[in-house]
Amino acid sequence: MERIVIVGAGQGGMQAAMSLRQDGLTGNITLIGEEPGLPYQRPPLSKAYMADGIADRLILRPTSFFERSEIDYRDGVRVTQIDRERKSVTLSNGENITYAHLILATGAANWAPPIAGINAPGVFQLRTLEDATALRNKMASTKRAVVIGGGFIGLEFAAMARDAGVEVAVVEAGPRLMARAISPAMSRWFLDLHRSQGTKIILGTAASSVRLDDAGEADGVILNDGTVIDGSLVLVAAGVRPSVELAEQAGLSCNDGVIVDGRLLTSDPAISALGDCARFPLPDNGTVRLESVQAAVDHARHIARRLAKGEDAPYSALPWFWSDQGKIKLQIVGIGAGADRHEQTTTPAGEPVVLAFNNDTLIAVETVNAAGVHMAARRLIGTPYHVLAEHHFDVRKTLSAVTA
Amino acid sequence: MNATFIAFDGTTTQVEVDEGESLMQAAITNDVNGIVGECGGSMMCATCHCYIDDAWLEAAGPRNDGEEDMLESATSEVRPQSRLSCQVKMNAELDGIVVRLPETQI
Ligand SMILES: Cc1cc2nc3c(=O)[nH]c(=O)nc-3n(C[C@H](O)[C@H](O)[C@H](O)COP(=O)(O)OP(=O)(O)OC[C@H]3O[C@@H](n4cnc5c(N)ncnc54)[C@H](O)[C@@H]3O)c2cc1C
Ligand code: FES
Repeated sequence: MERIVIVGAGQGGMQAAMSLRQDGLTGNITLIGEEPGLPYQRPPLSKAYMADGIADRLILRPTSFFERSEIDYRDGVRVTQIDRERKSVTLSNGENITYAHLILATGAANWAPPIAGINAPGVFQLRTLEDATALRNKMASTKRAVVIGGGFIGLEFAAMARDAGVEVAVVEAGPRLMARAISPAMSRWFLDLHRSQGTKIILGTAASSVRLDDAGEADGVILNDGTVIDGSLVLVAAGVRPSVELAEQAGLSCNDGVIVDGRLLTSDPAISALGDCARFPLPDNGTVRLESVQAAVDHARHIARRLAKGEDAPYSALPWFWSDQGKIKLQIVGIGAGADRHEQTTTPAGEPVVLAFNNDTLIAVETVNAAGVHMAARRLIGTPYHVLAEHHFDVRKTLSAVTA
Repeated sequence: MNATFIAFDGTTTQVEVDEGESLMQAAITNDVNGIVGECGGSMMCATCHCYIDDAWLEAAGPRNDGEEDMLESATSEVRPQSRLSCQVKMNAELDGIVVRLPETQI
């Protein structure tokens, strides 16, 4: 019997299994995940889970779902090798499973700067439930925490730690916060926000080592300029690297991600890739690798439609993303990285809205606590600059006008 | 405490819900068909749309900030009883609540 094998049971792998069944696939589905337990979602790990510690609320589907949907789920086992000739994968328990089609959903792994002390006790990362549980336990007995990296995850954790009464310092080597993903104006707004909550933020200075106490445990971070920041909890949140080892070893094209075409197929037509591990083409030009629930889920649905229904349209889903930093919700639609121009407005509540343009076309919109503006913006990506200018860059008014 | 979900095809499921747990979470944990909950309750997806039974509408309270706007992008018809189930958190007043699920969420 033909079998679809999915490697990686995170957000994207799990969605692929669900969508294949929803789209009517009757053949076998095997979902293989290295982590123990049921597939779960990561976003709450740096948000609600830090506060409530309730792991049951993270699971994507319960055991009964796998039985009912006839999905063969193997947890706690790793795929160690792909044999493309024989179309089979080898598992860490020695088993071989053959596939008609293989989906790589291996996600990403944390990257840690190669500095002294980075593996000492007291130094944490935040990718898996296991990481989050260890971090949360340590937080309960910590007065001061240092976060290395001023990206989404580091700042989300910082806000939760502040809420829990922990003193927090965030060290970012680059000149601004979340620089890879948001506009300078929005970085600035979040800098002020975190500082107003009492988080110390140090920009433009890299961590050079983790300082250890007599017992060999982390008790601070030493910066490039010699400054020492005290803290018995150090969170390394300096970005991730796509997990491409399997793909590389199998000879698939990779370049900061497994390269896929517009149908999300790798250089082997019997293998697709999705989510954090996949670099895919944008509709207009260039390629991108996104680390978001939206990308993982939409990729998975796209691949499922191709495999279960034979649909062949190129992937073109609109990217969106959110980050909850304490009670503040940042929402982003589109990809603003290539912007050559920004316009900023404010909501009636005084929160910023940033519009990013490239070549006089709207490419991204960033909002704060403004779901309505965000939802309207989802329908305006691609709108010419002059149309928005006519409505003073008011996203909702522009949408009403163009849809009237 | 418990909640009852009535799917579009009439399938009825009663589930246990903890205080403070959202109806979306309860539906997912109990494998109730008809709630997707793609964003995990972050009010980003509107795939957890439900209709609160009239008898419970008032107890469920008003829609949250931004919920109204998110509901606009729900795929099934939005009615006065419409809520995002991730925003309805269980409490003593809602014990026994009945909600209906729309035909589709995506
Ligand atoms: C703390 C945190 C907060 C986040 N917050 C947000 C947010 O607010 N909004 C948002 O949009 N996104 C957020 N993200 C990102 C989002 O969770 C990811 O983009 C998403 O999980 C990617 O899905 P994926 O399936 O590609 O990878 P993952 O969910 O990472 O799943 C990959 C899985 O594959 C397994 N695996 C890898 N190699 C193998 C192998 N050889 N054999 C078997 N299994 C293997 C891994 O163990 C892992 O479980 C957050 C991520 C983290 C860590
Ligand atoms: S689960 Fe996404 S809006 Fe409710």
